[in-house]
Amino acid sequence: MHAQSLQAILDAGQPVAAHRPWPRFVVTPDIWNTLIEGLADSAWTLLGLWGELGLVHLAVHEEGSGMLGVASLPCPAGCFPSVGRRHPPAQRLERTIADLVGLQPVDAPDIRPWLDHGRWPVRYPLGAATAPTTTMPPYRFLAVEGESLHQIPVGPVHAGIIEPGHFRFTANGEAVARLEQRLGYVHKGIESLLNGATLERAARLVGRVSGDSTVAYALAFARAAEAATETEVPARAHWLRALMAELERLANHCGDIGAICNDAAFALMLAHCAVLREQILRASAAGFGHRLLMDRVVPGGVAADLSVEGVSVLQSLVAEIRRQFPALVTLYDNTASLQDRTAKTGFVKPTLIRQFGCGGYVGRAGGRAFDARRTLGYPPYDVLKFEIPLRTDSDVNGRVWLRICEVEQSLSLIEQILQKLPSGPVRVALKTPGQPCESLALVEGFRGDILLWLRLNGDGTVARCHPRDPSWFQWPLLEAAIEGNIVADFPLCNKSFNGSYSGHDL
Amino acid sequence: MHKLLLQNLWRSPMTIPAPAPSEQALAELGAQVDQAARRRLGRSLAIRQVDAGSCNGCELEIHALHNAFYDLERFGFHFVASPRHADVLLVTGPVTANMREALERTYAATPDPKWVVAVGDCGRDGGVFAGSYACVGGVAEVIPVDLHIPGCPPSPTQLLEGLLALL
Repeated sequence: MHAQSLQAILDAGQPVAAHRPWPRFVVTPDIWNTLIEGLADSAWTLLGLWGELGLVHLAVHEEGSGMLGVASLPCPAGCFPSVGRRHPPAQRLERTIADLVGLQPVDAPDIRPWLDHGRWPVRYPLGAATAPTTTMPPYRFLAVEGESLHQIPVGPVHAGIIEPGHFRFTANGEAVARLEQRLGYVHKGIESLLNGATLERAARLVGRVSGDSTVAYALAFARAAEAATETEVPARAHWLRALMAELERLANHCGDIGAICNDAAFALMLAHCAVLREQILRASAAGFGHRLLMDRVVPGGVAADLSVEGVSVLQSLVAEIRRQFPALVTLYDNTASLQDRTAKTGFVKPTLIRQFGCGGYVGRAGGRAFDARRTLGYPPYDVLKFEIPLRTDSDVNGRVWLRICEVEQSLSLIEQILQKLPSGPVRVALKTPGQPCESLALVEGFRGDILLWLRLNGDGTVARCHPRDPSWFQWPLLEAAIEGNIVADFPLCNKSFNGSYSGHDL
Repeated sequence: MHKLLLQNLWRSPMTIPAPAPSEQALAELGAQVDQAARRRLGRSLAIRQVDAGSCNGCELEIHALHNAFYDLERFGFHFVASPRHADVLLVTGPVTANMREALERTYAATPDPKWVVAVGDCGRDGGVFAGSYACVGGVAEVIPVDLHIPGCPPSPTQLLEGLLALL
């Protein structure tokens, strides 16, 4: 345990007015360094690290006290003490700050560019944007030395229907000695597009950070906008949002369970799970008017109410999945040839999972019991009954089982919501803030916890918005998971993580 | 008899020059071969999907084409792992600057004749991401596009309708 509590350390800084619901403090380099030491000692968990012109922000969560806070360090000299030097999970985030904002982490162990591939017409698009004056040298992959090693470069265009990214394998025969990822190929400049956007446009953009998590992202943005403007959302809207979030979790988990088994050449599971997924998407479209539920969660509430017919469609869906799913679970459990591929494959050390504050099924399959729905208890999860499944095997098999357990929990949550759904309005107009205001939101997507930081101008437009995907703290662990495994098991490991490229690249 | 042979030897042959083949017969035969080929080989397209910066929404719906409800392969479509095996490139996304070269090289690696289908509102003109420093904006900005299938994302049915029009 760290000598001082997070609250005590942050209190030494200058509190920022109108930052809700958790506080933000402008801190000195000394406080900043104390926070870094706390991260390195596992006294608190890194939630996010991002920058803007002349300022770098660090969001942390202290598990014991439940304290969440943001520390902001002014960078008059264009640099800040590296967090990654003492706490590796921050390294890619720092490289991103250097790329997008131009603030340099001092004494950082890795200063290679990350999202900037030298192909944009601008440098530091979120900082003092300038035209590039020099061409970027070719990317240097980390050196791997030893006899009989060979390299396998994969991507950015992959063999399947998946997002682009580059994987550089160094293998010794069949065994992977090192995997190095290079991401950033789908960087769309979303944070720049958000600057100055109206709330309506910003909600659409944030809803497309990662298409598979559109509900969770839209929810994070809506909750942040509502916290900043101190707008109370009607109860029915909270419940409908949770309903959509659970439908999204259900659809993705069903798809993933099938796809993981398919990567072990067990196509039967994929065929059946894909049917379940399709039924969920069709029920979502029948209930809310969009298969993936895009643009349904909006600041102030939801854009589509659920009709009585919609309720019965979703009730039938739950009954149908309850009828079909157990046989698939038994099939998975009883197929030894499949378990032979998934058990003990892609193991991630629980110490790494804790260090990286890794969320979602990757974190919970490795013993880290964090789930924003439970830990923060935002409505209506505070009054719903559900368990947070937890495992310690931390391999592909564990991540499959964790999803199976979460499917069962989501079915129960959907049933409870449909039974207790309060009546009333589903949307209110957002208050115009009048003066700049800020907020932080943390919600549980199917992949893990999504952090979103927001600053609004007085007229209600976005001044700065930073969404942080759960994949930031999962992708690096995939590099660890594959070590010592055979190259042919990489698709299995990768699919069991199902990291987001788009959510990470922004 | 010798005289007769000698005369024939000195005389030019009576055989008329070969006529050009009948246009009508050729057309008829050609149609038959074409029909046989289409019956045996045709109505089949190999598709290579390229994500050039999408949010992954379009990929989810393209995946859905494989499920038992849509069963894409009954129409002769199948997805291939290499552009060298492809007739069609199915491209999604607003084409990020970081993916531009990969898309160009994938196109160059696809043998002629080839078609390019741009999927989604992003593939048409950049969609919600149009105007970003990091996006080129629309597949047609980078490679020639034969067909657009709009939608955000297009549903599997819309995707099927577009692909069937290509056959």
